[in-house]
Amino acid sequence: MVIINIDGQDYQAREGQNILQACLSLGLNLPYFCWHPAMGSIGACRQCAVVQFQNAEDERGRIVMACMTPVTDGARFSLGGDKASTFRRNIVESLMLNHPHDCPVCAEGGECHLQDMTVMVGHRDRRYRGRKNTHRNQYLGPLIHHEMNRCITCYRCTRYYRDYAGGHDLAAMAAHDHIYFGRHTDGVLENEFAGNLVEVCPTGVFTDKTLVQHYTRKWDLQSAPSVCVGCAVGCNTMPGERYGKLKRIHNRFNAEVNGYFLCDRGRFGAGFVNSPQRLDYAAARNADGSYDAIQPDAALKLAAELLQPDNKLAGIGSPRASLESNFLLQQLVGAGNCSPGFSALDHALIPYTLQLLQQSPARIASLQDIESADAVLVLGEDVTNTAPRIALALRQAVRSRAFELAAELKLEPWQDAAVRNLAQNQRSPLDSYLSAESKLDDIARHCIRCNPEQIADHANAIVSALNGGTADSDSASDIARSLLAARRPLIVSGSGAQSAAVLEAAAAIVNALHRVNPATMISLSVPECNSLGAALLSSDVSPSIAALAERAVKGDIDTLVILENDLTRRCSPQTLALLYDNISNIIALDALDTATVSEAALVLPCATFADSEGTLVSSEGRAQRYFPVISTTLDRQPGWYWLLQLGRAARRDDFAELLHFDAVSAACAAHYGQLAAISAAAPLHDFVSHGLKVPRQPHRYSGRTAMRANVSVQEPRQTQDGESPLAYSMEGLNRDQGGLLPFVWSPGWNSNQAVHKFQSEAGGPLRGGSAGVRLLDETTDSSGSPAAKPGLPETGQWLLVPRYRIFGSDELSVRSEVIAELAGEPLLELNAADAASLGLGQDDALCIEGAAAIAVRINDSLPGGCIGFSAGYEATRSLVAGSRVAVSKAVDWASSRSQIISSDGGSRHV
Amino acid sequence: MNPELINTLSEQELTAIDAELAHVPCKSAAAIDALKIVQEYRGWVSDDSLHAIARHLEMSADELEGIATFYNLVFRRPVGEQVILLCNSVSCWIKGCDKLQRTISRQLGIEMGETTTDKRYTLLPVSCLGDCDHAPAMMIGKTLHHDLTPESIVRLLAGD
Amino acid sequence: METPLTRNIAPGKPPTDMGAYEQNGGYQGLRRAMAELSPGDCLQLVQDSNLRGRGGAGFPTGMKWSFVPMEKATPGHKYLICNADEMEPGTFKDRLLMERDPHQLIEGMILAAYTIQADIAYVFIRAEYHTAAARLRQAIADCYAKGYLGENILGSGYRLDMLVHSSAGRYICGEETALISALEGKRANPRAKPPFPQVSGLWGRPTIVNNVETLCNITHIIERGADWFKSLGVGEDAGTKLFGVSGRVKNPGCWELPMGTPIRDIIEGCAGGMEDGYQLRGFLPGGGSTDFLVAQHLDLAMDYNVIGKAGSRMGTGTMIILDDRTCPVGMVKNLMDFFARESCGFCTPCRDGLPWTSQILDDIENGRGCSEDLASLENNIGFIGAMGNTHCALAPGAMEPLQSALKYFREDFERHLSADRCPYGEAN
Ligand SMILES: Cc1cc2nc3c(=O)[nH]c(=O)nc-3n(C[C@H](O)[C@H](O)[C@H](O)COP(=O)(O)O)c2cc1C
Ligand code: SF4
Ligand code: FES
Repeated sequence: MVIINIDGQDYQAREGQNILQACLSLGLNLPYFCWHPAMGSIGACRQCAVVQFQNAEDERGRIVMACMTPVTDGARFSLGGDKASTFRRNIVESLMLNHPHDCPVCAEGGECHLQDMTVMVGHRDRRYRGRKNTHRNQYLGPLIHHEMNRCITCYRCTRYYRDYAGGHDLAAMAAHDHIYFGRHTDGVLENEFAGNLVEVCPTGVFTDKTLVQHYTRKWDLQSAPSVCVGCAVGCNTMPGERYGKLKRIHNRFNAEVNGYFLCDRGRFGAGFVNSPQRLDYAAARNADGSYDAIQPDAALKLAAELLQPDNKLAGIGSPRASLESNFLLQQLVGAGNCSPGFSALDHALIPYTLQLLQQSPARIASLQDIESADAVLVLGEDVTNTAPRIALALRQAVRSRAFELAAELKLEPWQDAAVRNLAQNQRSPLDSYLSAESKLDDIARHCIRCNPEQIADHANAIVSALNGGTADSDSASDIARSLLAARRPLIVSGSGAQSAAVLEAAAAIVNALHRVNPATMISLSVPECNSLGAALLSSDVSPSIAALAERAVKGDIDTLVILENDLTRRCSPQTLALLYDNISNIIALDALDTATVSEAALVLPCATFADSEGTLVSSEGRAQRYFPVISTTLDRQPGWYWLLQLGRAARRDDFAELLHFDAVSAACAAHYGQLAAISAAAPLHDFVSHGLKVPRQPHRYSGRTAMRANVSVQEPRQTQDGESPLAYSMEGLNRDQGGLLPFVWSPGWNSNQAVHKFQSEAGGPLRGGSAGVRLLDETTDSSGSPAAKPGLPETGQWLLVPRYRIFGSDELSVRSEVIAELAGEPLLELNAADAASLGLGQDDALCIEGAAAIAVRINDSLPGGCIGFSAGYEATRSLVAGSRVAVSKAVDWASSRSQIISSDGGSRHV
Repeated sequence: MNPELINTLSEQELTAIDAELAHVPCKSAAAIDALKIVQEYRGWVSDDSLHAIARHLEMSADELEGIATFYNLVFRRPVGEQVILLCNSVSCWIKGCDKLQRTISRQLGIEMGETTTDKRYTLLPVSCLGDCDHAPAMMIGKTLHHDLTPESIVRLLAGD
Repeated sequence: METPLTRNIAPGKPPTDMGAYEQNGGYQGLRRAMAELSPGDCLQLVQDSNLRGRGGAGFPTGMKWSFVPMEKATPGHKYLICNADEMEPGTFKDRLLMERDPHQLIEGMILAAYTIQADIAYVFIRAEYHTAAARLRQAIADCYAKGYLGENILGSGYRLDMLVHSSAGRYICGEETALISALEGKRANPRAKPPFPQVSGLWGRPTIVNNVETLCNITHIIERGADWFKSLGVGEDAGTKLFGVSGRVKNPGCWELPMGTPIRDIIEGCAGGMEDGYQLRGFLPGGGSTDFLVAQHLDLAMDYNVIGKAGSRMGTGTMIILDDRTCPVGMVKNLMDFFARESCGFCTPCRDGLPWTSQILDDIENGRGCSEDLASLENNIGFIGAMGNTHCALAPGAMEPLQSALKYFREDFERHLSADRCPYGEAN
């Protein structure tokens, strides 16, 4: 810490920061636009001007940009003086010359950084008499709305999109005051992190199209701290609600996890919460297969019959349901009768992944750690499509080299343009072995394409090179060399390749590296938001779904409880038939209508992440709590709540004492050593700050009294939240709550830039701590090897490899309209030579094992003999990764095609 | 994008661009040279040309567009056979370039930035041509003309 | 009086080719350097010569070069760039040097590159200078043939490649860091300093950017020494300089004169004074981004500090004369329009402040001004005009003619406002 003097007063500031950061960290309101804590300084907007004095005698000083000026001991500045304030007012006045006065109809209004800064500098009267420049807007796809006239040319959009996120289809065009930020022509933005533009743009140029369609001002949004359910990374989100509908997802800052940015699956994939396919009421099946809605108590009565003590019970949990829900299900049916609900392959792979993480001596990398890596090896995991936010972090990791070079020249890392110009295309090594091209290829040094088995072989070659042996290929020895040379090497892999051998090889590399470098890091991806949680709850006695099906055939199951799981995505039609044909009493709990729900005798409508609480364990092993932003409506209840009720209906004593969510969570923690810390993931429901709960509504939340006036002029009592430390209210303080922060707002800071008011220093972690607790930091010594690989069909010569899509492969997000629009058709991909050998052209289709035809795409990045299939699509559900199949060219594809495309998802409605 | 719609670069263009590529550490660094080379052959840079160049330089059309539209002498719209670059910087202004512009506009029927209907001329302003001691000055194509008067301009444009 | 820079240049004389250049003693400096001088010796000579950059800012050339890291240990390229983007309104000196005596520039560049141990040299030339570019390319080819360029120059073991890069327009490319961006094939946005190009320039490597005229001087300094060079100036500064005059003078043109030549000698002597029927009202001493000086300054010497003390800048040393029948508001507006159009658009005061200022001037010039406009202009001068307020020097330069016009010709602005029209009537 050093001393700087601002307007005559001495302050402590941290060396290495710039003056803008220092001022913001000190709580001083210094306006800015082009600076961004994650992207550094370029000095373009000139908004953050302060006056710097040469020495104690200097009285005039000169204007400097705070964001470009490093903190130095004894430096003297004026922030509030006339010279600096006039200059900053002039900047806003200049920016407003061409800015339309359309705040009333602008989607940014009320959370606009430009509005905030305009007020902050005191600009009011317009002197400019000229005409305003106007621009034409572009269609940028279903996610983002473009309104160029509002642009203030801060360059944040392209710096974010191109420099930070690696996008190529958004650029600054033209020059002088004609600068235009857009695409060459209209079209869907290609980068999977484009949605962050909404938060990066300080005004209303890039806005959330899905919000604009049913618009609500920020001050009218009720928000809560939440966790994304789009994948296993566990990004922190801030869903916003109004009138019982989920309006949008914003990023919730977490220095160790997602920082300032989300992926588009996470931001736009939560629309399923508002889906017409949400289940509203409990339902009982009639003899003819139709359903009748029934009252909750009738449903529980029915359940009590199905759950009678002498009934043989079984359960199927879910990697997308909370720990608490899964735990209660296990308690209800007994651990040995409860499947974690994985697919056949994942039933072996996910626990194995967990085991590798538990045994790994290396640190499990958080996203923040990933960004700090200076050599990365990716093995078999197409993270852009399976764990997208990791891909964005890897883009930052390869910049480590740039920061090293900068340090040699004593350049501060926040000197963004200078660091980039210095490093140009020099990057820290990122090497990847994948079964096809990936979006990270542009930053990769070696991109080696091979099938999962070969990946494992290559990886083993790297291990021997690491151990001092000779590698059989140049790339392997190259990679081994750079991993050994790195200060913070990182190995990225996961269950995506659906291969235990790949995972095992990744762990072997980590172990070999860790022996020479204790700073070695590992990151293993798993598919769903609570895959790791489900694995943590499972054990050797946990049956797979197929095992349950076998028991069902033997008549060993009377009643099956299926928790938030669409089994059609997990197992073959044959297995399903065994279950459904042999178990007459199925109780299904879910939020959405699925094919599985339609097999149940009793259906219980669940809440989603948006209207319930729960704990999820991310692939980092971080247990994080999400809280409801919407109070439950209709007969929907959180999964854990239904399960409690079921337990009570079944007269289970151990359920009687669980009165609150907190009690369930604590019971779960008590039951599993590895989960002991989860209670610390969030404060208890009776937490109060300054005598009050943490409010979900900002101070300016308006119209509450009028919201229901069309129904009744009497304002209903605000919903009480007995389960969380948050209140459905404006009353209370949202300060210093760390992981509990429901929204960011601070006087004068209506935009999301207000987040610095909640950070320990501008850009630093939140005061009150980062959300979540890491569970897997202790190395456990449970030696073990991958569970037996389920027998894979070997009926032909073509190896099936999964190809994931950020939009389309994930179950929940694809049920949001906009994501479905982007998901596209399922495809089978193979290289040109293989296609030719099968007589296939670009417009043809293939049938696998006689199943329905799927369109073919020729993709030369696939190794020979492999067929890539779009994972997670209904049409590809019967395909099993790693199996070898026989294929045939589809006949009459062209004529049958339109018909196939138009057939709907096939799920029946309750 | 229909591949047939995309123009391909000619042999000569490719050779010239590849010669530039020999001097740069990454392909996109030759963007400006490539745009100029193609413009030399085609008069301007059409969308098709832009795509073809972008593909050759392994960059996106969007990025190339950002570069192309920054520079005033990369033409992203068709221009006439001859581009008239009329200097309107200070010395030429003192010496009457506004009057020259009106003369040209009257004679050719075009304003600044426009192209004659017969596609012969496009009139554009240009920064000081470094011929201030012989102001006013302008370029037609690659030829510099100076000490201009409305009369000499009329003769130039008529006789050309 | 010696005129080393233009010794091979005379009206009517054909451009100097390799033969003529060598015959006239060309490449002797290079031969001498390769045979006898270390890079350090050359740097010392240039530092001792007191040569100041001729591109506008007048930064001491030797000092600039001394910041280039010279450790043998740092591998990778170093670059020398000749700034031949000459686009400053009213500037017409570099074209002359390149078209008429390309070898003088090339020899200077080889020597400069040798001094900083650059291995690649670029001439960044504006797009419209077709003739100059062609002659430079020919001259470079001749140099390769002669062994003055390429591997092992004159047996010294030193290697240098030289390329001509022709620009695609835009005045901002002349700003040295924007030039580097342009040379990298990017949008020509200037870069923040530090880091200075000497440390991190083209492709992040050490880079020196010098003006054409600066580099031409190197040829002679290395050949004839620092003392000789210093002796050329008649005032405080060393060497000779190309001075030019344009506007309504009898004999506009460009001449090589000693540094420190009195302004009167240039305007009244070389340029022959005002055209008949015109009076001098003021002049921009060094191109469109310098402050007006007026008649009272005519006896000042053209030396960097002298002109600086008078409230203007030497700039490029090419003067633009404002006569009594040309509207000063119109002239300032013309310049402001130019700078507004040529702003790269990176920083706010320049991108939006210059068009705003243009708009005010346009209103005043066309009789739509109002009494607050002068205050707005003053405001904008304070806002945009100071170095450091903007990202690069374009915008402060743009405000120089305006701020000095308000000082010397304020009554003209006021007459526009009170008459609601331009008192000069139709410009020119
Ligand atoms: C907007 C702007 C335009 C410039 N244009 C030129 C130019 O055309 N030629 C030039 O030599 N210097 C130009 N300069 C100055 C250069 O930035 C740089 O200072 C110069 O090339 C250094 O050369 P010197 O040290 O030899 O003078 C310009 C500066 C600015 C701010
Ligand atoms: S001052 Fe003008 S030219 Fe210079 S960086 Fe700013 S906008 Fe660009
Ligand atoms: S925030 Fe400092 S210049 Fe933009």
